Amino acid sequence: MKRFSAISVVREALRGNSAWPRQWRSPEPKPRYDVVIVGGGGHGLATAFYLADRYGVRNVAVLEKGWIGGGNTGRNTTIIRSNYLFDESARMYEHALKLWEGLSRQLNYNVMYSARGVLMLAHNIHDVQSFKRHVHANRLNGIDNEWLSPQECKEYCPPLNVGGEMRYPILGGALQRRGGTARHDAVAWGYARAADALGVDIIENCEVTGIRRAVSGGVEGLETTRGFIRAGKVGVVAAGNTSVVMNMAGVRLPLESFPLQALVSEPVKPAFPCVVMSNTIHAYISQSDKGEMVIGAGTDAYTSYSQRGALHIANHTLDAICELAPMFRRLRMLRNWGGVVDVTPDRSPIVAKTSVPGLYLNCGWGTGGFKATPGSGDLFAFTIAKDEAHPINAPFTIERFREGVMIDEAAAAAVAH
Amino acid sequence: MLLIKCPFCGPRPEIEFAYGGQAHIERPKDPMSLDDEAWAEYLYIRNNTRGVHSERWRHINGCARFFNVRRDTISDEILVTYKVGEAPDAVPEKDRPTKGGAVR
Repeated sequence: MKRFSAISVVREALRGNSAWPRQWRSPEPKPRYDVVIVGGGGHGLATAFYLADRYGVRNVAVLEKGWIGGGNTGRNTTIIRSNYLFDESARMYEHALKLWEGLSRQLNYNVMYSARGVLMLAHNIHDVQSFKRHVHANRLNGIDNEWLSPQECKEYCPPLNVGGEMRYPILGGALQRRGGTARHDAVAWGYARAADALGVDIIENCEVTGIRRAVSGGVEGLETTRGFIRAGKVGVVAAGNTSVVMNMAGVRLPLESFPLQALVSEPVKPAFPCVVMSNTIHAYISQSDKGEMVIGAGTDAYTSYSQRGALHIANHTLDAICELAPMFRRLRMLRNWGGVVDVTPDRSPIVAKTSVPGLYLNCGWGTGGFKATPGSGDLFAFTIAKDEAHPINAPFTIERFREGVMIDEAAAAAVAH
Repeated sequence: MLLIKCPFCGPRPEIEFAYGGQAHIERPKDPMSLDDEAWAEYLYIRNNTRGVHSERWRHINGCARFFNVRRDTISDEILVTYKVGEAPDAVPEKDRPTKGGAVR
């Protein structure tokens, strides 16, 4: 790996940028790996990186059926925050946020993490009470979150309409200043490049078609479109397709996959200084460094693997955004797309061992997994390497649905996030 | 948006309907005899099929009745809709959506 530095960037610029090597290799699969990760999205690549970097497991492969970062990692609206209500979730997402803060330096790759603040708007009395409860709970967990009056919201984000004529007027907001955004593609590329440098094989265009199990019941290896690959341990990080992959090992899961949409506008000058979220009227908006307004819409009502959503869902979000920020009413949308997200009944992820020896599972991040990428990768790598959960992900088991020990962020947020 | 054929009212746009999740999940006949594993299976475990999926829909802004739908979750094409208690094959061929009948 050729390191990026001010000197190397200037030197290569003078040479016409012709001598940069490929950022990661494109190797043929080896017959055997100690650990095989199924799914080359952000979470899978981060898992491979931390396995090699922190936990000393270097004989690792990441299998991706398409190209890396081509699924939800390249399709989300890049919001990063950790102001979750429950202790378990707060610890989980805060672990990730702390890693985000040093990630560019650690990977030697600019992931463009920008702590521009995430402002969650309240539109009714219930919102106000619920968000204030969040603020207090977060502070008890050492996580920054503060309450802003409507006028303070307007000062923090001038495009907002805080007038009383709205159907759902802004009654205030909860602001996490350390929250923000990162460049989603760069996260996948940065982890891939850093993992590759540590010896991890990233194998694209390689779809898993079966999970072979030994007589003892444990995992023996994976049938793939590029042949059989023997594996000591297998970690499944397949997001929307997790149910499909785990079915190959005979494991049934409390998951349903839904299409979630996002869209971007034509690029405009810097106009929107932070991330604004509104769960109640369902709008998520920020401005990318290219100038596009990046907008998150909702999930469709029905389960689907189609990677596209219905127009009325996107329309609903645009209605809300035109109310929140009237200056965007004449903005044209450039593209919209969908990703398939795997949702659990309590809207919290599963990061755990499974009933099959040697098979590990990281799924259920639903509509908000991007923010957790570094933390999820680190904790999943720990779980695979040590064959036991880290204290932070210990509550995020599959068994919680049998035992009734939910981490009910669905009730806490009253909305998909 | 899907065009869904309610077996009672005919084809209507998706916004008239509410999704009711996986179909044909039988409520336990003797709930007291179930162990935790069986309850978790009933309440939370789902097929999450990639392919042809049987699901319930409710015509909430119409006749308000539940019915069943078979839909391909890769293309979102609706293959057939049928009343609760009916087998999908019982739906006459002429009443099934034609290819491309489920418009997006």
